[in-house]
Amino acid sequence: MMGDSRRIRVLVQVLCVHLLCGWVLTSELTFELPDNAKQCFYEDIVVGTKCTLEFQVVTGGHYDVDCRLEDPDGTVLYKEMKKQYDSFTFTAAKNGTFKFCFSNEFSTFTHKTVYFDFQVGDDPPLFPNENRVTALTQMESACVSIHEALKSVIDYQTHFRLREAQGRSRAEDLNTRVAFWSIGEAIILLVVSISQVVLLRSFFSDRKTTTTRVGS
Amino acid sequence: MVAARMQLTLYTVLLLNFFNSFVSALYFHIGETEKKCFIEEIPDETMIIGNYRVQLYDKMKEEYMPATQGLGMFVEVKDPDEKVILSRQYGSEGRFTFTSHTPGEHQICLHSNSSKFSLFAGGMLRVHLDIQVGEHTNNYAEIAAKDKLTELQLRVRQLVEQVDQVQKEQNYQRYREERFRQTSESTNQRVLWWSIVQTLILVAIGFWQMRHLKSFFEAKKLV
Repeated sequence: MMGDSRRIRVLVQVLCVHLLCGWVLTSELTFELPDNAKQCFYEDIVVGTKCTLEFQVVTGGHYDVDCRLEDPDGTVLYKEMKKQYDSFTFTAAKNGTFKFCFSNEFSTFTHKTVYFDFQVGDDPPLFPNENRVTALTQMESACVSIHEALKSVIDYQTHFRLREAQGRSRAEDLNTRVAFWSIGEAIILLVVSISQVVLLRSFFSDRKTTTTRVGS
Repeated sequence: MVAARMQLTLYTVLLLNFFNSFVSALYFHIGETEKKCFIEEIPDETMIIGNYRVQLYDKMKEEYMPATQGLGMFVEVKDPDEKVILSRQYGSEGRFTFTSHTPGEHQICLHSNSSKFSLFAGGMLRVHLDIQVGEHTNNYAEIAAKDKLTELQLRVRQLVEQVDQVQKEQNYQRYREERFRQTSESTNQRVLWWSIVQTLILVAIGFWQMRHLKSFFEAKKLV
């Protein structure tokens, strides 16, 4: 009986949290940006929400991309050209649709893979707390600080993984290039040396009659 | 009795609300026949949940219609070995889930079933997309309700899930580093092998050229 009513109360609280947390979101995506292309993403944000946009170029060319963030009125909040990695935090000053775009229009033939992480608002509370007025117990605040530390560990791991992916794709490129180049150069060597000999022989074959005439 | 029915109602409402609660996700525009792919580099045994909602542009009203009959999206997921692990069509609002069995780059591709809409060819679609990976797929409210956890237990459970994810990522990093090392060693070997072979080729060709030309000139009685 007690368990039932407690469970109902819990469910009601959870439902309330769900209804309230519609405006909290973290989007993390990795996509391919072809050459001369631009890709834009839009998000509806409520005024006063603290947002963070982080991006990193994973593969392609000189690992740089143009990024631009605009508010609902079109005012440019952030604009950087040819950036490899950046993080930008802002507080939404207006209600509406914010837009951010990544552009690879300056590149003629390399396509880039771009990773971005757009966080809107703070994380939703894990468990609706009836007595939110009172402070958290020591155990609970320890848990909260461990949670925050782990979040930043996971964030660093992600960035490290992206950098490692960059290094690895360069190494794999190098490996295939070395293979092609060594075979190609061996073939060129053989072709050039044989044609040198053939050309030299042809010189002497043509002028055989002229040299004997000059000699006598 | 009443309590049980109330619980059931609440569970149902919670479940329905969960499906609708991602209304304000990030969105982007694609052409009707365009295919858009996203890459997720994940360790193995990691679950991914994707939610999407797609809207078609109405040229007459000049806005995006909230729902369109018959509009659907094909979702195709490929694992790092280019094998298709999920290929299904969903409606205009859908949710797909898969768990990775090999670590590496998985590709999630979306494109619309727009053959029916060839009349509107050239139309734009607005796709709301939300992809949750690993620890973020856990619905703590559900877990708390199912296992009857107190707040502290739930917090600790969340920490356990996070640490699990960190551990999986570290394992994957070890595997990636091994691959990287193998590639570097293979490049090293190839460069070494090639430089030896090139030197041998050069010397051999030098000898052959001189010998051939000498015999040629001797035959021509010029030497």
